[in-house]
Amino acid sequence: MKESPETCEVSTSPGFLQKGYSMTALKEFLKKDLVQYIIKRVLMFIPTLLLISILVFFVIQLPPGDYVSAHIAALATEGEFVDADYAASLREDYGLDLPVWQQYIKWVKDIIWTPTDSAYYRLYGSHHNWKFSFAYGRDVWSVVEDRLGLTIGVTFIILLFQYVVSIPIAVYASTHQYSAGDYISAFIGFIGTAIPNFILAIILMYLSYVWTGNANVGLFTQEMLQNGIHLYNFGDFLKRMIIPIIVIGTSGTCGIIRSVRAQMLDEVSKQYTLTARAKGVSERTIVMKYCFRAAINPTVSGLGGVLSSLFSGSTVTAMVLNMQIQGPVLFKALQCQDMYLAGAIVMVQAVLVVIGILFSDIILAFLDPRIRYSGGGR
Amino acid sequence: MAKKLKTKEDYYLASQWTLMGRKLKKHKLAIAAFIVLAILYLGALFADFLAPYSLEEYDGIYRNTAPSKVHVMHEGEFVGPFIYSLEKTINREDFSVTMSENTEEYYKVKFFVHGCEYKILGFIPCDLHLFGVSEGSKGGSGAKIMLFGADSLGRDIFSRVLLGSRISLSIPFASAFISLFLGITIGSISGYFGGTTDIIIQRIIEVIGAVPQIPLWMALSAAIPAGISTVKMYFYMTLILSFINWTGMARIVRGKFLSLKNEDYVMAARLAGVSTWKIIWKHLVPGFMSYLIVSLTLGIPGSIVGETSMSYLGLGIKSPATSWGVLLQEASSVTDVAANPHKLIPILFVTITVLAFNFLGDGMRDAADPYK
Repeated sequence: MKESPETCEVSTSPGFLQKGYSMTALKEFLKKDLVQYIIKRVLMFIPTLLLISILVFFVIQLPPGDYVSAHIAALATEGEFVDADYAASLREDYGLDLPVWQQYIKWVKDIIWTPTDSAYYRLYGSHHNWKFSFAYGRDVWSVVEDRLGLTIGVTFIILLFQYVVSIPIAVYASTHQYSAGDYISAFIGFIGTAIPNFILAIILMYLSYVWTGNANVGLFTQEMLQNGIHLYNFGDFLKRMIIPIIVIGTSGTCGIIRSVRAQMLDEVSKQYTLTARAKGVSERTIVMKYCFRAAINPTVSGLGGVLSSLFSGSTVTAMVLNMQIQGPVLFKALQCQDMYLAGAIVMVQAVLVVIGILFSDIILAFLDPRIRYSGGGR
Repeated sequence: MAKKLKTKEDYYLASQWTLMGRKLKKHKLAIAAFIVLAILYLGALFADFLAPYSLEEYDGIYRNTAPSKVHVMHEGEFVGPFIYSLEKTINREDFSVTMSENTEEYYKVKFFVHGCEYKILGFIPCDLHLFGVSEGSKGGSGAKIMLFGADSLGRDIFSRVLLGSRISLSIPFASAFISLFLGITIGSISGYFGGTTDIIIQRIIEVIGAVPQIPLWMALSAAIPAGISTVKMYFYMTLILSFINWTGMARIVRGKFLSLKNEDYVMAARLAGVSTWKIIWKHLVPGFMSYLIVSLTLGIPGSIVGETSMSYLGLGIKSPATSWGVLLQEASSVTDVAANPHKLIPILFVTITVLAFNFLGDGMRDAADPYK
């Protein structure tokens, strides 16, 4: 078991100074360590997934009363006639008359595989029954699927922005400690975290309206919605990404800058750096090749956390900026207690985060040899 | 010479906390942040006294008005700080409303005036307010001093910011302590016993960390029954926030336990026959308490912003209870902000508080680091 990355001492490994280290290590790594390690990590993915599903199912069960009666009551107040057969079939589909743990198993089973002879398969032609969203009047997965691609795309662009912007700034700040640039970067980072996202979004929208006459609300122009995104209007799309990127991106950059900077400062004062410097290795090589590689470690392991905070941050911002991603759908689902839809979205986002953690662990195992030799896992 | 020896001796004899305190004092930004926070919390404690009006006191004429202008000179002569009452004129052609000051009569700003009743610290009845305006120079009434302007119902934003800070500043604080407690308990179980217990707890932590926070908050607070009392709502919010925040703390505690439990001094204590619980509480926990307090300080700003976002979405604190997030609901769209920029004032308080906690936490982290 490796200790949590925040607290463990990272890398003073003399291996970093050996010649040809990376090539041999890489080859050996690819031979057996990596495969073993990945298998181990993927196996650990399964219990995590199970726990997430339990948590999500718990959230689904939270509102008082059961889902189907609430839905039928809502239909009845709208004056619609609900016949008893329909109600009974719904109750059966949701397994509402079973004990809670059997409901959970049924829910998971239906998601993994719905048999061909079930009513759901005949209706929607899908083997994965995520249940029905009453708020949208469609099956849950089709609602989730609608915005999944865009959500992943937007999150990925913002993630990329965060790392591309914050890591060079952090390296600069640590090599120029207490310089004006160091203070400015710290200040901007702090402001990014200190102002809640939604307010920053409103302020930027207002400024954009004052300066350009266009508040840049939403990710797409009317024209894009009609013709789809092509190369010729991709620039427009990027222009509309500016505010979301600034708003959601800046809230995370501060954390990354701070952790990389602190780690870099730790590393440059360590013995091996001194040795390298004494041997006449250039300062640039020391910083880029040795210190940076060690300092990036906690940031890589924090990838999961950054992803999850991106999803959090984008939810509120998306509502203010009217972005067509999953956040607002989730909010709407929760407001009208369309719990199966909400659960599905939370589940999808959590799985994406866990996949992010998986990736970060693999990168980490490559960056820090001790992790894969000690058997891996967190 | 003797003095130098004395200070050196002091240095070696000083406890960990004394050393931390000394280092913290050198960190100017952290001290400034601490003072700012102390002022904010004192402000929250005596909010009723400092605020000229109560939460619900409103005046229709003042709807959406900009901050009151405090003048000193009336018709060329000095009268001390005063304000004019406002007059509403409606343009008959396009029905636009303009507010103007009625300069005939002035209302002096007085200190220690009697106003609405409240209870100091919740039990001493009182009706004294730090400042306010009473009757005008010609005996008129009806002017209100609104330092930060008024909201859409004509309520004083200054009073509401102060009174709202009681909730906004205390929920994150209370939940931070609950998460500290949960974190130490669960983290130490996980780190000390290891094995299967450890694996299970680690998975649970990983899962709670993997589920994006705001959706989880939203989901949990969607389960808060509607129409419950303010106190209960407050209680639920605190629980929700701490339910999500304890994981980070538990991971730190576990990591520290793992690295410290094999240290020589722990082994020495064990050989000397010290009991397990005494080793944990006397020798292990003090070893990383400072880290915990630092991460506690750095964790509070996240909860403050979170509480604000949730209240803003209408999921957290709801009217009539008031927090900064509830105040910011008034600034929920571009048109609102463009027409009434003064409604963004509460954001200054959120920002200042978050920055202050961050600076204080940074300073404390430096102070707690024995290698610096």
